[in-house]
Amino acid sequence: MKLLTGNDLVTGDVIWWTGDGWSRHIEDAKDAGDQGDILAQVEEAARRVNTPYVIDAEATSEGPRPAHIKDRIRALGPTVRPDLTLKPADPNAGSWVI
Amino acid sequence: MYKYDEYDHAIVASRVEEFRDQVRRRLEGHLTEDQFKPLRLMNGLYLQLHAYMLRVAVPYGTMDARQMRMLGHIARKYDRGYGHFTTRQNIQFNWIKLADTPDILEELATVEMHAIQTSGNCIRNISSDQFAGAAADEVTDPRPWAELLRQWSTFHPEFTYLPRKFKIAVIASDTDRAAMRLHDIGIQIVRNDAGELGGRIYVGGGMGRTPMIAPLIRDFVPYEDFISYLEACLRVYNRYGRRDNIYKARIKILIHEIGADKYRDEVEAEFLEVKKLAIDPPKAELERISAHFAPPAFENGLLDDIDRTDPDFAVWVDQNVSAHKTAGYAIVTVSLKPMGGIPGDASADQIDVMADLAERFSFNELRVTHAQNIVLPHVAKRDLYPVYQILNQSGLAEANLDLISDIIACPGLDYCSLANARSIPLAQKIAQRFSDLDRQRDLGELKLKISGCINACGHHHAGHIGILGVDRKGTENFQLLLGGSGAEDVSLAKITGPGFSEDGIVDAIEKTTDVYLAQREDGERFVDTYRRIGMEPFKEAIYG
Repeated sequence: MKLLTGNDLVTGDVIWWTGDGWSRHIEDAKDAGDQGDILAQVEEAARRVNTPYVIDAEATSEGPRPAHIKDRIRALGPTVRPDLTLKPADPNAGSWVI
Repeated sequence: MYKYDEYDHAIVASRVEEFRDQVRRRLEGHLTEDQFKPLRLMNGLYLQLHAYMLRVAVPYGTMDARQMRMLGHIARKYDRGYGHFTTRQNIQFNWIKLADTPDILEELATVEMHAIQTSGNCIRNISSDQFAGAAADEVTDPRPWAELLRQWSTFHPEFTYLPRKFKIAVIASDTDRAAMRLHDIGIQIVRNDAGELGGRIYVGGGMGRTPMIAPLIRDFVPYEDFISYLEACLRVYNRYGRRDNIYKARIKILIHEIGADKYRDEVEAEFLEVKKLAIDPPKAELERISAHFAPPAFENGLLDDIDRTDPDFAVWVDQNVSAHKTAGYAIVTVSLKPMGGIPGDASADQIDVMADLAERFSFNELRVTHAQNIVLPHVAKRDLYPVYQILNQSGLAEANLDLISDIIACPGLDYCSLANARSIPLAQKIAQRFSDLDRQRDLGELKLKISGCINACGHHHAGHIGILGVDRKGTENFQLLLGGSGAEDVSLAKITGPGFSEDGIVDAIEKTTDVYLAQREDGERFVDTYRRIGMEPFKEAIYG
């Protein structure tokens, strides 16, 4: 599957295309199919995302998982600061990242 | 400490307002990211993996307590409670919101700080010796010369769009604590036979994907010609440096391609032209600046004795306390490499503690080191124990300066959008493997440096042991290098061979240190043994 991702213009947060908007949580991400590049242009022009790009990902029962380690780290947060990730209370939250 | 004059205040304040307007226009959609990016970079604002990152300049690594507290305040109010001290003696905040940035810069300006020229193809923050003004071996305090260069290079109209970024270091002793010859321009302030101060100029060093040691270009440039000569150095680069290929755009490539002699000839010719412009400031300007760096009011007659009853304190003194040029005083290096910690990171509370210590015990001065530690430069020896105790209560008393766990590590793939591999977890694993302090001290001085990509922000080329993280088909892989040094015995590390997994490279490092322990001769550091016996015994142990 293809995911569209970028950073929030104002906060810089990593965000994922959900089909009709953006979410900080990769579990909300939807397959952008072959529309990713066009969506990226439209959404960036509307200032809803900064520097969007399309990535390869795998659909799993627990949600999409980016193919590349860089985007897996982006999806959750720094591996060395679990307290600063999106799921600081879950010690196993990062088990799929590395 | 240098204090802003009316011009400094005016240009920083106007830059804050200019950037506030630029941010407003970006948020309102009047500027695209392509238009805005060079503007934000000129104000130190990057977009990294998880958020915007703001890099704040700490000129020549010197700060007072008020400035340090401001960094803690920014960490607390605008970030997530910590900052990361960098190999350029700066600090980075990793979780900044774009809309907050003008307010942050405005707050920084109240304590005479800014983020100007911490990015972009311009002259970056001038770095220097963290022991400046305290070291017994310096011919003068290098910071007034560095401050002179800061003023010359700030918003220099010719050098705002260089072919590539440009880094300058200034030292004033034969001991190089600033990796001087691994800079685009490295300057050693020296005295000539007539007793006059001037600059010994090295040009064309650097790390990155093409590491080079800067050759000597001029043995002595007197103060009267100092700015003109550097102006000529930059002009020749600006004219001939490549702009067609980002990887060949640094001045080191130009000098490598045309040769140091040709470059020197070009600079000398340009220098004669520049001299006609009469841009060199009068001696009175250096004296005016130097007055800001006058030595503090040291007490006379202080004892040199240190009560070493507390064994942990005694070890810390041996490892982290250095000789001061004034009797009864010492230089304290606060390690930001606690066991299991993140090299260079300090919490807002720790930042405040160090500010308090500077105010109470170090004549209100702190320094950031290129090895990502903090220095209290002027501590009376009688105060060392209370300083140690306070540091210890705050997790800042790791006694590992220049040992294998005092690791330089870039932010790596945990934070950096350019990185290929994570540096920090590897630093933590290595520190853990060698956690026994007696073992570390037995290994002695061993500078280990980790970069998460070929851009070499973690100075791996200059490590006695260097590690370079690469991406091998989507998996982190680590190359091992040996024999580098950023000090006065400058050398570039050489790669051992095929790379390793994260666990594999920790094992390889242990085998490397085992070779050193087996083969070292009296008084030899790791790098000395490597230079004597060469790479082969290490390769045999690692790959054999």
